Amino acid sequence: MKFLKAHLDKCIQCGACMSACSKAWAKEDSPELSRIRVEAVAGLTDITVCDQCGGCIAVCPTMALARDKNGVIQIDRKRCTSCLMCVEFCPKASMRFSPKIPSPFKCVACGICVPECPSGALQIIDTGKEA
Amino acid sequence: MSYINLDLLAEWSYDPAPIHRGYTKKYLTVDLGKGDGAFSHTVSDVDDAMIETFTGGRGFGLKILWDHVTEQSRWDSPENALVISGGPICGITQYPGTGKTYSVFLSPLTDQTYNSNAGGYLGPYLKASGFDALAVAGKAPEDVVVYIDGDEGKIKIFKAETDNRNAYAVTENLHKHFSKDEYDQISISVMSAGRAAEHSWWGALNVSFYDPRRGLPRLKQAGRGGGGTVLRDKNILAIAVRKSGFTGKENNPADMSVLQKVGTKLHREIRQNDDVQCLMRTVGTAHLNLVMNDYDILPVNNFKFGRSEKIGAITPEAYKKYFTQGYADGCWHGCSMACAKAVDGFELRTGPDKGKKVTVDGPEYETAAAIGANIGIFDPLWTIEANYYADHYALDTISLGTGLAFVCECYELGLINKEHTGGLELNFGAAEDLMELIHRMMDGRDEFAAAVAKGIRQMKTIFSERYGADREVMERIGMEGQGIEVSQYRCQESVAQWGGYFLTLKGPQHDEAWVIFMDMVNKQLPTFEDKAEALFYFPNFRLWFSLVGVCKLPWNDVEPVDNQIRYKGIEAAKVPEHVENYLAIYEAVTGKPLSKEEMILQSEKMYNFERIFNFRMGKGTRAEHNIPDRALGPVFPDEWEVRKDYFEGRLAEAGIDGTGLTVEQKIEKLLAHRRVEWEKLVDAVYSRRGWDKNGVPTRETVERLGLDSAEVLKVMEPYWRTGKRA
Repeated sequence: MKFLKAHLDKCIQCGACMSACSKAWAKEDSPELSRIRVEAVAGLTDITVCDQCGGCIAVCPTMALARDKNGVIQIDRKRCTSCLMCVEFCPKASMRFSPKIPSPFKCVACGICVPECPSGALQIIDTGKEA
Repeated sequence: MSYINLDLLAEWSYDPAPIHRGYTKKYLTVDLGKGDGAFSHTVSDVDDAMIETFTGGRGFGLKILWDHVTEQSRWDSPENALVISGGPICGITQYPGTGKTYSVFLSPLTDQTYNSNAGGYLGPYLKASGFDALAVAGKAPEDVVVYIDGDEGKIKIFKAETDNRNAYAVTENLHKHFSKDEYDQISISVMSAGRAAEHSWWGALNVSFYDPRRGLPRLKQAGRGGGGTVLRDKNILAIAVRKSGFTGKENNPADMSVLQKVGTKLHREIRQNDDVQCLMRTVGTAHLNLVMNDYDILPVNNFKFGRSEKIGAITPEAYKKYFTQGYADGCWHGCSMACAKAVDGFELRTGPDKGKKVTVDGPEYETAAAIGANIGIFDPLWTIEANYYADHYALDTISLGTGLAFVCECYELGLINKEHTGGLELNFGAAEDLMELIHRMMDGRDEFAAAVAKGIRQMKTIFSERYGADREVMERIGMEGQGIEVSQYRCQESVAQWGGYFLTLKGPQHDEAWVIFMDMVNKQLPTFEDKAEALFYFPNFRLWFSLVGVCKLPWNDVEPVDNQIRYKGIEAAKVPEHVENYLAIYEAVTGKPLSKEEMILQSEKMYNFERIFNFRMGKGTRAEHNIPDRALGPVFPDEWEVRKDYFEGRLAEAGIDGTGLTVEQKIEKLLAHRRVEWEKLVDAVYSRRGWDKNGVPTRETVERLGLDSAEVLKVMEPYWRTGKRA
């Protein structure tokens, strides 16, 4: 199973990952449209990103959420009805939405952000096991 | 496996009107002729004036039905229309409970208008297919399926031949027939009835949605009032709508970002609070069994008692083990309340499907109490089985339960006996024979079963005329008002709920007002004026759901954690933060701001229009607001004895000296006192609603609400002149 692992101790809150993510997936440099979220909580780093746990799958009424062959949770946009239940029922609060995009969106462990991180805080892990 | 053969009889093309801010501004009428096969259709405009007065949903239903019928029309007249409409909010996916559809029709049970709502995908798909409402009128010469294909812009009438006219079979067949592959069945919604609806007046409407996890269609019911009876009287086997690729943007709202923001806020509340509040996601409304038992509100043995020592068998925990957990059990997309629980892999033990493993929708609370405690049965497996067959045959489970409870009490009182019942021993708790009676209700060939299936009001006449049963006793214990059986809350110790049930537009259902806790438990409505205010606000507030197409449950079956801290008394019961949600959603969909006062005004227009409609049909006066003794208090000594100290206290509270009186005399005095209280309640409620002493909306009320059209004035002026119908 593939997922993006964040090392909070290395993050310098520069936002390069959010910029890379939103440009790649939403064609816009906007933290609101990024699938990874970096915030400062009381000055300390907090990174929210999908760890592919699968908690969202059961809540979707149309079965628009499913694992691909890499164990990554993907959204079938033809099935998604934009109800956003997955957003609030995500145990990791890492399913995101924006009025600009009809469906919710999430990290699919593509790894685009990893080389953009100047401090090496991000890493794609492949467990090699089925989820 | 059953089959269905469809032969095309008529077909028309149309251009599906796109939805703009919640409305297509079109409605469709399909006329099936007068048994002559002269099928026709009309697409009509919905203008701004219609929206202004009637809003949508049930309002559109009432307006369209008004235009179809005359003062002489009855439920089985060809011109009686079954009008189906969701409303402007119906079909959004971002807020829980926004897929409701209202069906409006003249009812066989009440001989006046009825409206009944269901979940399922019909309303949203109908609108996405280009119609704010669908009216079906006339009668087909043989069984037909009315099909609207919103993808292709086609309306089709098929002759339908099948070996099984019951709901699950018809629905499953049509989902398969009209879909392209298994998953595509999600694009279909079917409204059907069942064989019992071909003779019973309790005929329910079953509305479907496809559950992709279970791989089968599920059924939700607009059960009350006999809508299924009307459907089958028209020889409609089913109405089906197809709309594929539903994305959640179809309603084309004015401001999607508000819907997303308010919707996710409620999803969060449900996720955080449901486990400690109402258990809707795990048990659905069946969690109420225990709560109602604790407060003597659970109906046991025809509402005689409010609790039972057998409650342990039907607690939330008992039902939870039968409901499959962890599924997305919403009856419309985006409903995180997920209360549409189901029992999977249930092996039927009786009836035509004996031995078959099925998925049973429910039981919900009303069903669990009706065909459970109210007939003295505390066995979830029996109730689940009865629930399946009631839905399948299209019997309204609420009327069925209250009706069977009446039958059991008549049987135990000796008013009817085994000779009358076709050999059935129908004591309370007689599980085997009661199940057999339900099966006999499917085709109605059994004389007794057919009589029962006509409802309590007819049973009282039939039992007295045919079997010599004591009419007076039956009037006291038959739990019906205006011809409709009471739903499953025991109201006798809440004066306000007497009105919540019996001062209603369409009879004692729980759609208008549920004020028992506010009144009886929390003592927040001490005066008749307070009760009248609650019986003004809540029926109007709740009616608003029916105008816009949303479900009541997410309003107050989950609450913000600080609701009871921020607000007190009746204000807390309104759940103000959720009212604000609805106002925000309405504006976000329609683009029109709405205040909470304007919201009540929208409803008040329809509340009074429906009342006026009742007068038009020769109903509606104070005399029609009947209430049986059993709803007011104990009728027989055993009911008194089980709560002796409590009733002695009520007697003393009423200033009645019970010294030297027999229990029968005490009951008589308490009921006489409560009859006086009832009349005071009626006066207070009528006054608050802007009606005269006879329950007639005054000229001032009609004018204030802008309902004074020439047609309305023609109906009302004779009442205003003479105080009664001219």
